[in-house]
Order: sequence, then structure tokens, then C-alpha cells
Amino acid sequence: MADTEGNLQGTQTLDDGFLVQLSGEIDLTRSPALRADLMKLLSSSPKRLVVDLTQVELMDSSGVATLIEVLQVQRKDGRKLVLCGLQDKVRSVFEITRLNEVFVIVDDRSAAQQA
Amino acid sequence: MDQIDGIVIHVTSEPRYFCVATAAAEAAAVACDLGPAAASQIKLAVTEALANVMNHGYKGRTDRPIRITLAPARDHDRAGLSIVIEDECTGVDLARIQGRPLDDVRPGGLGVHIIRKTMDLVEYRKRSNGEGISLRMVKYAKVG
Repeated sequence: MADTEGNLQGTQTLDDGFLVQLSGEIDLTRSPALRADLMKLLSSSPKRLVVDLTQVELMDSSGVATLIEVLQVQRKDGRKLVLCGLQDKVRSVFEITRLNEVFVIVDDRSAAQQA
Repeated sequence: MDQIDGIVIHVTSEPRYFCVATAAAEAAAVACDLGPAAASQIKLAVTEALANVMNHGYKGRTDRPIRITLAPARDHDRAGLSIVIEDECTGVDLARIQGRPLDDVRPGGLGVHIIRKTMDLVEYRKRSNGEGISLRMVKYAKVG
């Protein structure tokens, strides 16, 4: 059965916020826990939240929905959300849904901290 | 016993069990020579389709039946994989199975877009027995 271990593998503090490392498959079984983890981080009002997706193997629409919610919170308060390290199969989901035009997506962590 | 050219999987609409069907679909795609990229897209499409059945067809109920049939498909020279997902949900209007406008950025409403963009053929039908929906999806190998 589904391994429901969380997708959030680690959190790093930045000068202006946090960088979170996600992994595995972000789907209907795991998105609620991920949403709770990310919303907890947002409660401290980080100016920048970097989400490193390098180790994410699959993201379905529930995972995308979670990131849209995070984006809405950050933007409402004039803060940033930056995604980085997307594998092609994850990037394609953002392209299909045209959300690559909505999110700030960069190649790697270094670029994400400058974006 | 009826002969079935393929694999039939029965699960309930409990998302924890969906991984059985999605992993089988991905493996079947590889077995049908679809390649890793297409296999990954098939896994995603099946993930979305099963989530839609649970969320919308069964309105969140996790104890309802879903049947997944995986079978080789062929279109002229192209090999492929056919996936049929059948449920017993009632009261679903086929005309309303569609994604939200993509310029309306908000959570939800993206699963159908993902299914249609990742698969070569997508057909929703009422099941022949009149109860439930049958979704047939086919993905073909790229030529060349």
C-alpha cells in the first residue's frame, strides 16, 4: 500500500526565509500532510520560500493545488515562492496547466535564492 | 473463465490503494515498449483519474469499487497501452467532466487537463449496464 511518509525531507534557513527539500511522489495521499507542513512554515511569514523539487518523482494535481495555495498566501502578503530543480516529468505538469507562467521556476537552489 | 488479454485490478476508492493500480499501469507501459517518459505520463494520468473517481464520482467515499483494466493497444504500426477505469458512481453528467479554465488560477480542476494532455485518446462513457462511468485512455509509443 502507499507509503504515506511525508514529502518534506528537510528545511534550511535562509537570510530571508526558508528552503525546503521535497522528495518522492506528491499525490492525493500525501498532499494534505505537505500542505500542513508548508502552511506551518508560512506562519512565520518568510519573505522567501524556496521549494526544491529535485527529488520529486511525481506530482499530481493535488500537489500542484497545494503549491497554488502556498503561492496565494505568499503573494497576498507580498512575499516570494520559488520552485527549483524540477525533473522533466514534474515540469511538464506545470507546462500542461500553464502554471509555469504563474510560478517562479528556476533551475537550482542558487538561482532560487537570487530570483 | 473468460479469457482476458490484459490485467484486471479491483480496488476500493481508498487512495492508499491507488498505488497498486498506478504502479501496475506504469509497469504495463514499460512492458508495452512505451518508454520511461510515456510510462511516467501514464502513471500520472491514472493517478488523476482515480482521484477524480474518489473525489467527484464517489464524493469522497473510500469504500466504493473501482475496476482498472490494462491491455495492449495497437493503432496501425504503433503499439500502445489501453487503460479502462470503471466505477459505479451515479448522477455524473458526462458533459460536465472538464477542467477549469487555465487562466483561472486556483487550486483544483486540473486533473482532466492533465489526463487529456498526457494521453493520446481519452473517452468517458456511461457503462453499458447503466451504472457508473467508464474512462478509456490509450497511450501509443512514439514513432521513430
